Amino acid sequence: MTKLFEAPLYPYKRCADQDAGKPARHPVIIVGAGPVGLAMAIDLAQADIPVVVLDDNDKVSSGSRAICFSKRTLEILDRLGCADELVRKGVVWNVGKVFFGDRQVYEFNLLPEEGHKHPAFINLQQYYCELYLVERIRALQVAGKPVELRGGNKVVGLDRKVDHTALTVRTVDGDYDLEADWLIACDGAGSPTRKMLGLEFEGRVFEDNFLIADVVMKADFPTERWFWFDPPFNPDQSALLHKQPDGVWRIDLQLGWHVDRDEEKKPENVIPRLKEMLGEGVEFDLEWVSVYSFQCCRMEKFRHGRVIFAGDSAHQVSPFGARGANSGFQDIDNLGWKLKLALSGNAPEALIESYDFERETAADENILQSSRSTDFITPKSEISRIFRDAVLDLSERHAFARPMVNSGRLSVPCTYDGSPLNGPDAQGLPARTRPGSPPVDAPAGRSWLLEGAGGDFTLLGLGIEVPARSELLGVPLKGLTIQHEDIGPELRARYLGEAEEAVYLIRPDQHVAARWRSLDWTAITAALSIALGKGGEI
Amino acid sequence: MTDIITSPNLKEPDTFYADLLTAHEGLSKAESDAYNARLILLMANQIGDHAVLRKLLDEARMMSTGA
Repeated sequence: MTKLFEAPLYPYKRCADQDAGKPARHPVIIVGAGPVGLAMAIDLAQADIPVVVLDDNDKVSSGSRAICFSKRTLEILDRLGCADELVRKGVVWNVGKVFFGDRQVYEFNLLPEEGHKHPAFINLQQYYCELYLVERIRALQVAGKPVELRGGNKVVGLDRKVDHTALTVRTVDGDYDLEADWLIACDGAGSPTRKMLGLEFEGRVFEDNFLIADVVMKADFPTERWFWFDPPFNPDQSALLHKQPDGVWRIDLQLGWHVDRDEEKKPENVIPRLKEMLGEGVEFDLEWVSVYSFQCCRMEKFRHGRVIFAGDSAHQVSPFGARGANSGFQDIDNLGWKLKLALSGNAPEALIESYDFERETAADENILQSSRSTDFITPKSEISRIFRDAVLDLSERHAFARPMVNSGRLSVPCTYDGSPLNGPDAQGLPARTRPGSPPVDAPAGRSWLLEGAGGDFTLLGLGIEVPARSELLGVPLKGLTIQHEDIGPELRARYLGEAEEAVYLIRPDQHVAARWRSLDWTAITAALSIALGKGGEI
Repeated sequence: MTDIITSPNLKEPDTFYADLLTAHEGLSKAESDAYNARLILLMANQIGDHAVLRKLLDEARMMSTGA
């Protein structure tokens, strides 16, 4: 049977641009058809912005790679029209076990917060995520949306001009030239775009190698996350076992920095280790094995004129906490609406500048979180090892020590405190939904709050009537009124606190822009102006 | 303003000191280090208040030559 990731999904086809007399100019060109690039293309195409995606490959990524997709990612993909496929296929787990040395020290249940449309996260092979995104692009194409996916198109030359970028693209039919008003580099941690432009990738904090393997179990095996610190089969390192769909289990074995990668991934070296890890008598097939290395670093600036970096090309973190692909989706969620408004002339280019502040802040937070996990998993000194082991020893008998055990903190989106797009806050409303906050879902009437908010700016009236559709500063404004009797306990706790009513201005990416205790159109107009990057003067 | 107690607060200082040393008796250096780490973590949880813990950490650090 051909594996999903072995079949060409968007094979090279000659296109009209290759036969044009002069370089074709496109509003947006995306480099890289990974999860981040594909999602960016969908977001823009849905808004009728013509977009071309170039990738030198023509298949989904091989092996499971990114396997944890967070609730925020699912909410973003809901807006992009393909979350249902991921959730239907994905695995939800709640029970985790932590092992230290040769023993289990404790077991936990995540007990996720109730009242959200989507689970806290799902486990799913990256190739399925990419497949569903490509299928979504195909559906948009059928619906006449202006999106092209060009496989076998490798960008080999870049020349940054004031108002566009000139590209040279290599195909089996030879090279051709293109021009892009905006170039979005979603070409991964090794970003050729970044290298061609001679930009630095700085702040290397950690480096490590991981052996990752997808195994198919021949018998039942529990749907749980197992994490080992210093196990006998991988002394002084960590190991992780995760369930994925199709009876595939993902195994991550930390190797350390100075190893022979080719030697490590030979089946004759991998299989005995896995046998020791899974226990005698557990039969499995090795589907895929690879060694990857990571660093914690980011570009100093994510935007260089009209070239914008998103996802791993802009920042890379350790794998603990699933902050790679998930933060990449948040990047494009942040960028998409800003590009749309700037391209349509409804916002100044200054709006796009806020991408830097907001997503660089998020990258720093992700690097901090994953660095803390890495410090716990791989103690860097004798004393940090002593404390790490003490926490693990105590965790076996005492619940208090368990929150200190850090094998990766669940990826949650960053709050953009201090963002230039934030408008006023109102006294007495919950801190969790202050301006800059990522959205918090809640049941709203017979639907979910986040199904009604986003895409455009949204005015949310809680116990206050707001118009269903209006236009302000040339921008469409959706209205979502939740009557007093429809405000359930989750919505109250997350958006009202002690207050009886409130009005929220919600950005197209569903982050909170501003909020009030009453309806004041002058204040709303000023806040919208700020959120559009025009400042508060109107 | 959080204050940490640096005036005498142990009712039986000699007994506590003796108990502390007894607790380490027969332990190797590595075992003693592990014991101290567990004790610090237990005490930290007992105290709970992060502002107090922060001051205690700073106070102890003041006396390190590398501070």
